[in-house]
Amino acid sequence: MRTDIPLSCPVPLRHTTVQLAHGGGGRLMRQLIEEVFLEPLPSPALAERHDSAVVPLGAERLALTTDSYVVTPRFFPGGDIGRLAVYGTVNDLAMSGAHPLYLSAGFILEEGLAMEELRRVVASMREAARECGVRLITGDTKVVDRGKADGLFINTTGAGRVPEERSVHPRRVRPGDVVLVSGDVGRHGIAVLSVREGIAFETPVQSDCAPLAPLVAALFEAAVDVHCLRDATRGGLASALNEIALDGGVSLAVDESAVPVDEAVAGACELLGLDPLYVACEGRMVAFVPAPQADAALEAMRRHPLGAGAARIGRVTEGPAGKVSLRTRLGGQRLLDLLSGEQLPRIC
Amino acid sequence: MKYVEEYRGAEAAHRYARALRSLVTRPWTLMEVCGGQTHAIVRFGVDQLLPPELTLLHGPGCPVCVTPVELLDKALAIASRPGVVFCSFGDMLRVPGSGGDLLSVKAAGADVRIVYSPMDALALAERLPAREVVFFAVGFETTAPASAMAVHEARRRGLRNFSLLTAHVLVPPAMEAVLATPGRRVDGFLAAGHVCTIMGMEAYQPLVRTYRVPIVATGFEPLDLLQGIHMCVAQLEAGRAEVENQYARAVRTAGNAPAQAMLHEVFEVVPRTWRGIGPIPASGLGLRAGYADWDAERRFGVSAVGGREDAECQSGQVLRGLLKPPECPAFGTRCTPETPLGATMVSSEGACAAYYRYRRFIGPCAPTSP
Repeated sequence: MRTDIPLSCPVPLRHTTVQLAHGGGGRLMRQLIEEVFLEPLPSPALAERHDSAVVPLGAERLALTTDSYVVTPRFFPGGDIGRLAVYGTVNDLAMSGAHPLYLSAGFILEEGLAMEELRRVVASMREAARECGVRLITGDTKVVDRGKADGLFINTTGAGRVPEERSVHPRRVRPGDVVLVSGDVGRHGIAVLSVREGIAFETPVQSDCAPLAPLVAALFEAAVDVHCLRDATRGGLASALNEIALDGGVSLAVDESAVPVDEAVAGACELLGLDPLYVACEGRMVAFVPAPQADAALEAMRRHPLGAGAARIGRVTEGPAGKVSLRTRLGGQRLLDLLSGEQLPRIC
Repeated sequence: MKYVEEYRGAEAAHRYARALRSLVTRPWTLMEVCGGQTHAIVRFGVDQLLPPELTLLHGPGCPVCVTPVELLDKALAIASRPGVVFCSFGDMLRVPGSGGDLLSVKAAGADVRIVYSPMDALALAERLPAREVVFFAVGFETTAPASAMAVHEARRRGLRNFSLLTAHVLVPPAMEAVLATPGRRVDGFLAAGHVCTIMGMEAYQPLVRTYRVPIVATGFEPLDLLQGIHMCVAQLEAGRAEVENQYARAVRTAGNAPAQAMLHEVFEVVPRTWRGIGPIPASGLGLRAGYADWDAERRFGVSAVGGREDAECQSGQVLRGLLKPPECPAFGTRCTPETPLGATMVSSEGACAAYYRYRRFIGPCAPTSP
């Protein structure tokens, strides 16, 4: 049985207050961005909706991006908020093909935060910046009353240079392109959740949080004409694929059995009623490459330690913009839809 | 993943599909009772493997979907009270009542928390003695024993700041309501395996005798479902109507006796209104008189506020197997997960949600890029 359902435009959503789901990386967040931010703040660079804005600066091209980090707990297996604040922003630069150069950091501190904890976070940021080869060159600090922030929020802005010949963008995605993922998905979300919910595993799940710029560099060094890159963060792999399909105006066909998922992550997801394809990553990206170069790209990724688990998971097809279909392990077909907000654990 | 992957193998699934093709001689319509089964069927594409003669209808077994609006409105009213910590399973949070959902009262300042078990809510009550901790007890016979255990423990430990807003429902009366519906399309049932794990199989014998339909207790993985379908069709083709057990690795004929004893100790059978279906006699569980002090409705004195259901929502037809979600004119247009008309569009076990999420093929106007 197959069910084709033609859709007319749905009624636009009009929430009178901000809901948590508006930050979940799903459909509500897209709506918030489109209706509340993009409409009154029109700019060609913003309208591109890429991970970084790429703008001309003299003869060169500057990539600029910003991101805020509010993760709880601040320390989790495999990383912490400081590491995340550097990697996350550097990764957004890398996804536009840029060489990351500089970072700014803004700290919002809640009265009563342990100084020792702040020092640990800053030490972590220094280490992460060194690893990524970026320099932290300016910053800002605000302290708010107890109860007005959850301990520590960090905002980082990153600037990088885009090499002249490079164009990495959802618009370059073409039917026939091959979709690669750089490793197994869902680790970060489960690592954070296991601390938050007190779930113990035989082998603790470590967050995948890692800088992706070296992996991107490996692709370009292998002379791959990379059409588009996107890091799978909030909303997981499925949301990253949906964004590219919508912004690139293409359909995608993904093979469920080809998507790598660690056994402990899969087990935790079964237990909690979550779909690993929607669980957050912090060190994984999807790459869209021309089919003839797919093997070379996969090989280049796998040679690098951060891409050792890279896999070919699908391809770009002709079809309506934003449609991501999944070939199930049984050989059936279904949608891999953009969720409304975050996944909610089910009853039983 | 051990003990899960074994039940998802493509090769074995295709063997079952071939066996079904050679077994079927005429059209049959089966209903899988549980929403968890519906989601597995649509998510894995189990129905796409079936011969064209077989139709699967999706049953009333989504506890979130059948929780009546007036009870949901009471939940919203209690959650909004100052000092209350309102605990719920995650998938109740987006279900629309007459005036919003639990997520919107949370955004307005209520302390609404997702828990994985009623015992987590009990632990919270112990930790926060100055707060009133309320657990929204939703679910079938599968989750009811844990609710019973939480209340039982609350009484034993003398925890007076814990209470239960009870919405538990029973599966066999709902199956009977489906069978008694004029114009029913159902020839056989895949009964909800997890419910049978607790309650056993005996309750289905009267249904089989009265209505002459096969009932097969079935699990939730693709191979469970295919085997359950095969057992059900084999009965139909042979003209038999019996209670059978596909989910033998979890279900015993007599069920789980300690869990049943706990249920019986704390709860009594009461009439219950099912959202979209209406009142069904002896179809719910309510706290016994000895546990009335832990009854949130009593403690907070919330009265029925005449829950208003959206007139356009046809979830009652869907829940009784009279309508498939895409056959509803509002499906995917006026009713979406962002603007739901009924609970079946937002519950993680709702049939409309399953079709929207897995089967809605995006037309020229994608919802997010107008």
